[in-house]
Amino acid sequence: MEMVTVTIDNKKVRVPKDYTVLQAAREANIEIPTLCFLKDINEIGACRMCLVEIKGGKKLEAACVYPVSDGMEVYTQTPQVREARKTTLELILSNHDRNCLTCVRSGNCELQKLAEKLQIEELPYEGETYKRPLDNFSPAIVRDPNKCILCRRCVSMCKNVQTVAVIDVVERGFDTIVSPIYEKSLNEVPCVNCGQCITICPVGALREKNDTEKAWTALADKDLHVIAITAPAIRAALGEEFGFPMGTPVTSNMITALHNLGFDKVFDVDTAADLTIMEEGTELLHRLKNGGKLPLITSCSPGWIKFCEHNFPEFLDNLSTCKSPQQMFGAVLKTVYAERMGIDPAKIFVVSIMPCTAKKFEITRPEMTSSGYPDIDVVLTTRELARMIKEAGLDFTETTWEHFDDPMGDASGAGVIFGATGGVMEAALRTVAEILTGKPLETLDFAAVRGVEGIKEATVDVGEMKIKAAVAHGLGNARELLERVKAGEAEYHFIEIMACPGGCVAGGGQPIQPSQVRSWVDIRSERAKVLYEEDKNLPIRKSHENPTVKRLYEIYFGSPGSDKAHKLLHTHYTPRENYPEE
Amino acid sequence: MQIYRAHVLVCCGTGCSSNKSEEVLRELEKQLQENQLQHEVKVVRTGCLGLCQNGPNIVVYPEGTMYSMVKVEDVEEIVSEHLLKGRIVKRLLYGEPEAEGIRSVDEVDFFKRQKRIALRNCGIINPENIDEYIAFDGYKALVKVLTEMKPADVIDLLKKSQLRGRGGAGFPTGLKWEFAAKAESEQKYVCCNADEGDPGAFMDRSILEGDPHSIVEAMAIAGYAIGADKGFIYIRAEYPIAVKRLRLAIEQAKEYGLLGENILNTGFNFDLEIRLGAGAFVCGEETALLTSIEGKRGEPRPRPPFPAVKGLWGQPTLLNNVETYANVPPIILNGPEWFTQIGTEKSKGTKVFAVGGKINNTGLVEIPMGTTLREVIYDIGGGIPNGKKFKAAQTGGPSGGCIPASHIDTPIDYDTLVELGSMMGSGGMIIMDEDTCMVDIARFFLEFTVDESCGKCPPCRIGTKRMLEILNKITAGKGEEGDIEKLESLAKNIKAAALCGLGQTAPNPVLSTLRYFRDEYEAHVREKKCPAGSCKALLDYVIDAEICRSCGLCAKECPVGAIEGERKKGPFVIIQEKCIKCGTCIEKCPFEAISKK
Repeated sequence: MEMVTVTIDNKKVRVPKDYTVLQAAREANIEIPTLCFLKDINEIGACRMCLVEIKGGKKLEAACVYPVSDGMEVYTQTPQVREARKTTLELILSNHDRNCLTCVRSGNCELQKLAEKLQIEELPYEGETYKRPLDNFSPAIVRDPNKCILCRRCVSMCKNVQTVAVIDVVERGFDTIVSPIYEKSLNEVPCVNCGQCITICPVGALREKNDTEKAWTALADKDLHVIAITAPAIRAALGEEFGFPMGTPVTSNMITALHNLGFDKVFDVDTAADLTIMEEGTELLHRLKNGGKLPLITSCSPGWIKFCEHNFPEFLDNLSTCKSPQQMFGAVLKTVYAERMGIDPAKIFVVSIMPCTAKKFEITRPEMTSSGYPDIDVVLTTRELARMIKEAGLDFTETTWEHFDDPMGDASGAGVIFGATGGVMEAALRTVAEILTGKPLETLDFAAVRGVEGIKEATVDVGEMKIKAAVAHGLGNARELLERVKAGEAEYHFIEIMACPGGCVAGGGQPIQPSQVRSWVDIRSERAKVLYEEDKNLPIRKSHENPTVKRLYEIYFGSPGSDKAHKLLHTHYTPRENYPEE
Repeated sequence: MQIYRAHVLVCCGTGCSSNKSEEVLRELEKQLQENQLQHEVKVVRTGCLGLCQNGPNIVVYPEGTMYSMVKVEDVEEIVSEHLLKGRIVKRLLYGEPEAEGIRSVDEVDFFKRQKRIALRNCGIINPENIDEYIAFDGYKALVKVLTEMKPADVIDLLKKSQLRGRGGAGFPTGLKWEFAAKAESEQKYVCCNADEGDPGAFMDRSILEGDPHSIVEAMAIAGYAIGADKGFIYIRAEYPIAVKRLRLAIEQAKEYGLLGENILNTGFNFDLEIRLGAGAFVCGEETALLTSIEGKRGEPRPRPPFPAVKGLWGQPTLLNNVETYANVPPIILNGPEWFTQIGTEKSKGTKVFAVGGKINNTGLVEIPMGTTLREVIYDIGGGIPNGKKFKAAQTGGPSGGCIPASHIDTPIDYDTLVELGSMMGSGGMIIMDEDTCMVDIARFFLEFTVDESCGKCPPCRIGTKRMLEILNKITAGKGEEGDIEKLESLAKNIKAAALCGLGQTAPNPVLSTLRYFRDEYEAHVREKKCPAGSCKALLDYVIDAEICRSCGLCAKECPVGAIEGERKKGPFVIIQEKCIKCGTCIEKCPFEAISKK
């Protein structure tokens, strides 16, 4: 790339010529405030916080979208720039629900930080403010239009990245809001509850449905046996809520905190992930051998499942009938575990800690009670768990418990990597390949399905067979991949799809990183590293070698795909209309 | 070819049509038939003549007799007297024939001082007939360009003509074409901005209604010059007549091989499509317009990249407004030297204005650049009604500003208007007299922008709203010290920070009225008085006890019973708490005893 020289606040930098002024300023170590900007996702120059003066220009320009040119002189702190930014921020604040004290994002709010940074001490321009109803009808996502500052990151995420497109800008002028069509609730539109909108909202306008009170109530009930199960992605990100550097594994801190909160047992969902691989791998083998419907598509991601039901009903038969690991685990806990431990399943209360908001929806699906009890009782996101730990005043650095509890404590590395995009695929390949060939694999790492590329493909030689696999993460990529399959442009045996870009590590329930971090650090890769590292160091790295899983088959299910397994571990799907007529 | 001894031109623009000119036209045809004159007299449906206030307008040639406010009932007399017997129907003549004598339409003051280039065919030809356009040199420029000129020559000629964009900011048109021509791409587009949205402006509508082929021709020329084979005309759906005629023009041009594949066997292809706008003012902004054509929510995006580099669907796009295009064919035919003779040093040619407000001749005028406001108001516009004093002229619509009476002799062009704190804009001109409150005028325009803001950037979305709230407060008599300063500070920062032209210029009506009429603002805030006597909240209706004859008529007519008194027993009194300031009492008082104070 051709380089150009730009002078910013009298500092010279050489940068590629396709840089924006904002990027060039970063190179010069100059921080320009931003609000709507989110790199690669929302670059629209709307909020006007990043205004700068460009020598020779007639007006101020938005640094986030203004391209550099050779010899350009930029000033980021002139009186005019400072005043324009400050006035703009005062105006935004004048129409913002400023009840910071009771806002879930207080302390982690980009608007609040900006107000502090620009030293807004009073608001000279008070006037009419929004008064719109709160949308809290969705089981997963709460939308508060009165806190919305119309940065449109959520719209870009929902529309461009996820191609779900259930929210957009409606009305105009002062009445402009972000909303589903006809100001319906998120619950009445084909929202898939992925929660990606929440993770990029700079303020408290989008948040998860707070279910912590349900968990507190259960924990306080002496009659209940309260179990926490945690998804692999939690340990890779929970530390961020407590000031640990991104990418710090906090498995032990998390297990300890959960025990300190009063959970009777803390289990690892990875164990159920291994169980999933046994069932799903068997399903794949069965379909391969018996000419079943291919490609087989994974079903762990409830956001993806709902997306498929809304947008690709023709692929519902391709979906694996396996429940997600969370639901399998719940079903096992309320049957096999209850029986073995001699606990009345009605007295077992399972709190699932998930990086995911769609899981809150998943547990409400009517299919998820095959044991006679709800598989899972409450889903808490990583953020909600962090809040409980903070409320309880626990010391998160404490690491008294090092391991998950028995008898569901062991998981393989294959189960751990479920949390990253490509992980389910890799885990499945490890097992399927060995079963098909009957020989141990030479290497367990399938590098082709790792990483953050939107659509990944791999052809794996398994004995005499070549398994063609594809991995898509982010629903926009999923859509693209399926359209290709539909058009006959691509053919696969097995497809892994995760609703969230990056997979569960960057799920809608994970800690929120401000755009100042997200724009420049790939949080997906940073968190995924934790999981791949753990996988590398585990003695057991294949699902079918997980002793707990083996035992489950021995004592209860018999073999993968058995009738018992089908009853508890499998499910079915229903086409959903996008906008049903009322 | 049929030769007629007389032509009757019936204006069928939007103004005259809404006054039933179509019915007048049908009645004319019917009566001519009945009198067997249909082979001697031809009736022509034309576009707008400009004198909309006096519509329906009819011009009878060869005399050039102009009849105004013609009703269906008048047609019989026009046929039997004028067309059969050659006697002009004086009572229907435009103007005051008793005083001024009977004059041809070209001699009427309203037309005499105009120079019609963009409106050259409006009111003269039948816009629904391509042959009439061709008869008036139509498509001659296209033929010349395609057969005699290289694309670069066209741009060169346009640059020499110094034509500037007629849509607002006055960017040199030739330069714009050159940028689009130089951009490298397989696919380029030519677009026409017909999303005329300034309150009271209808220049572009009249051109499209009266001479749609001129736009089709100019766009094809532009396509040739920049290397585009596809064009879009973005027009608001509220202009049904213009849309219909434009559609017809495109169809006819295709039939004649003047649009489509291999035009005139030159190998040049150009096709045009119409896109309807839903009436959002912001879609007049170029990037918002292009976004809307793409089928998305009409919102501006930051520039650069400019449309000439990355426009419609990311391809190089040339966008001009209707009036700019209308100037192109005559410039090509008559040469740049002809065009540069007209106008001022930096503003060549003419400008069409829609003149409205407190003026006798409301309508459309095309004047050479450099014409003074005085000439427009008094010579062309016939002065201010009821002998009131001229106070200010508002130009440039919601983005523009007010020019006070003290500058009435300034020659109007792009640069003088900007110097005066206003702008040319697309050509709306609203004349205000002494009864107009300048704070209220600023409030009116701001109310418009607040409604029309797209909501994308906070300075415009929230800032203009806050300014409006302050203005509402001031005009309601609740202004406080510091409000004017807040307005100024907001205005300054909105101008600096807003994303697009709409937001950046939204504070102009406030800034320009503050510049010239600050004392009026101060009177509202400090003395709680509206000097123009216009802001209701600041007025008291008072009965002068000296003049009141206690007839009781006012009390009888008052809709809210706010006037008390007993007939013949001393003066009546208005109870201020009850009064809703409707003005009925003033109207009804036979003795002019009631006034606003």
